[in-house]
Amino acid sequence: MDTHVEESPLTTGLTTVIQPSKGWVRLGLRELWQYRELLYFLTWKNVLIRYKQAVLGVIWAVLNPVLTMIVFTVIFNKLLHVGTGNYGVPYPVFVYAGLLPWNLFSGSLSSAGLSLVGNANLITKVYFPRLVIPTSSVLSVLPDFLISVAVLAVLMVIYHVTPTWQIVFLPFLTLLAMATALAVSLWLSALYVLYRDVQYIIPFLVQIWMYATPIMYPISKIATFPKWAQVIYNLNPMTGVIGGFRWALFGEQAPGGMFWLSTVMVLVIFTSGLYYFRRMERVFADIV
Amino acid sequence: MSTAITISGLGKKYTIGAAQERSRTLRDALTNVAGAPIRRLRHAGSSTGHVRTIWALRDVSFDVEAGQVIGIIGRNGAGKSTLLKILSRITEPTEGRAVINGRLGSLLEVGTGFHQELSGRENIYLNGAILGMSRAEIGRKFDEIVAFSEIGEFLDTPVKRYSSGMFVRLAFAVAAHLDPEVLLVDEVLAVGDLSFQRKCLGQMERIAGTGRTVFFVSHNMNAVRGLCTRAVQIEEGRLVADGPADEIVRDYIAQQMGSASVLELPRALGNEDELLIRAVRVLDDAGKAVGPFHSSHPLLVEIDVDVARANSAYQVGFDLLAGGGPALRSWHTDGPPDDWPELKPGHNTLRCVIPSGMLNEGSYAIAPRADVFRSHWIVNGDEAIWFEVVKDHLESPFSWVRNPGPVAPLLEWEAVPEPGPHSDQNGSGPAEPLPEWELVPEPESFT
Repeated sequence: MDTHVEESPLTTGLTTVIQPSKGWVRLGLRELWQYRELLYFLTWKNVLIRYKQAVLGVIWAVLNPVLTMIVFTVIFNKLLHVGTGNYGVPYPVFVYAGLLPWNLFSGSLSSAGLSLVGNANLITKVYFPRLVIPTSSVLSVLPDFLISVAVLAVLMVIYHVTPTWQIVFLPFLTLLAMATALAVSLWLSALYVLYRDVQYIIPFLVQIWMYATPIMYPISKIATFPKWAQVIYNLNPMTGVIGGFRWALFGEQAPGGMFWLSTVMVLVIFTSGLYYFRRMERVFADIV
Repeated sequence: MSTAITISGLGKKYTIGAAQERSRTLRDALTNVAGAPIRRLRHAGSSTGHVRTIWALRDVSFDVEAGQVIGIIGRNGAGKSTLLKILSRITEPTEGRAVINGRLGSLLEVGTGFHQELSGRENIYLNGAILGMSRAEIGRKFDEIVAFSEIGEFLDTPVKRYSSGMFVRLAFAVAAHLDPEVLLVDEVLAVGDLSFQRKCLGQMERIAGTGRTVFFVSHNMNAVRGLCTRAVQIEEGRLVADGPADEIVRDYIAQQMGSASVLELPRALGNEDELLIRAVRVLDDAGKAVGPFHSSHPLLVEIDVDVARANSAYQVGFDLLAGGGPALRSWHTDGPPDDWPELKPGHNTLRCVIPSGMLNEGSYAIAPRADVFRSHWIVNGDEAIWFEVVKDHLESPFSWVRNPGPVAPLLEWEAVPEPGPHSDQNGSGPAEPLPEWELVPEPESFT
């Protein structure tokens, strides 16, 4: 038998094995890291296109939360007399601080949830870890968020609200909001490939979820609920995120056990979403 | 030689039919779940009734050596694309295994991920990243890509303002600079104008010539013959032939012809915005479309063409194929411009006469073509109709063996007088007869 093996100078020693995957899938996070440049470019494309297609472009990132803040202030604060509870800040700043992470979350969810089907042309023509697609959708909401943060700084100056040292936790809380958005998006985007109903569910889900989150009212309002109802309420990861945001900004209502409950929920949704996504990934190209 | 691709027992099963369809909406999925026990009762004994599975690919095994350029041929739906999608890792195989050694690049389409709103420059980066190039790599090759694409000053213009030709050139320029060790290509050459196609073929030959392995799926038999050293044929999901490209292509074409003379195009070719070839017919001089045809009579090739807008740059014609390769190509614009049949907006029928006494005994194909002169292909010879010819125009008692060659015209022979001067005509025999083109008068008005 001839055992001579000619070594081509071109061979990088890279070997790809293609075979049916069985049972539990690996998460493939290392491969995701290898494709980080694609993640960057897809995010960059999403941001570029959003601003190129809208006449007002970046201004929307300012108008959207500011107008919502005004509407909420008029309806909930002025008309319905919802206060800020134990927070010693004016209602507009209070509600804006809640809207910040919420818009990051809901914006991500709306775009990432539909992202796989929206990028069907890529999925059926090129291989890359499919996780790149919802992840880039979530990341591309970040510029809008940063602009909104700048607006918050202006608001805080106007209303004479001084930030506390806890503001250093803001980046961590932002990450938590994005992780929550990605976690839910993993489920929704993969389900959307199979069930086109998801596109109708998302707006509805976002709306209901917003009322179930202490954005326009302080969390102290639900203290009247029975204990078990409060626990269920705190299973909502965004409750923890928004409570955390207000604590980081205003230095009041430090996160307690309920915050960690919310955070654990993020982990649960994220891990299960990741597994579901990876399991469904192998059939995306066949049915999308 | 080392092995670049090892494919062993590869198979892909698709489930089609009611079950798959049912789950496409959530409501159906829910009713499915709710109704499952009832259905199980109803179908007691029988298995899940409406589900049908199809093996798009089954038991396919072969190796590709490093540096080999291999063509994959087969009819539409034979499983070629499924194989390519599995090797590109777009879809998973149901069974079997494939091992690819070396950096893998796949081109299933040019311009994947191109966005209309982005400029040429932005799209180069985006498309490069999607094809698997790193940012540094794109940066390094950027100038080369721009030069190759010939888009020049339009680099910073949104792609939506590009002509289709420019778009394709830019898209292919990025793809052509992908630098993999194993390249998987699907028919992407069937786009772009002639000179650019040649350039792309050249670029691919360069890739192939530098020891790259190229895996080329195509309907274009000439491209397969021209580019590949080896070809495999896939039919109904199985590998049916494997060997030197010339032989496999020749046999494939013979099979196609064997499946009765196919005198109709399976579909209209081209596009409604420019030009659509609706039908191609081969008729004898009595107007009958029944082969075999006799070479002692002229043959009529009729092409029904719908034209959206008059354009003097349109060329309609065909390749006459014999034995796997073109015997000749003819355009309706081959004669002097004053004689060109006019293509008016709406329906046209062009007729070309292949004179008697030209074709050989055997099988021929007419592959219609259309292009916009010096711009792009509209129909690129991808489909053909087949017919048989009986050679009966040679009247010699000696001619009872088939002469070799794609055509067998009766040429003039004479004895040169013995002390004759060397004339200039020596060696330049009669020119190959030019088929005549004419426009068939429309029988009824077309509104």
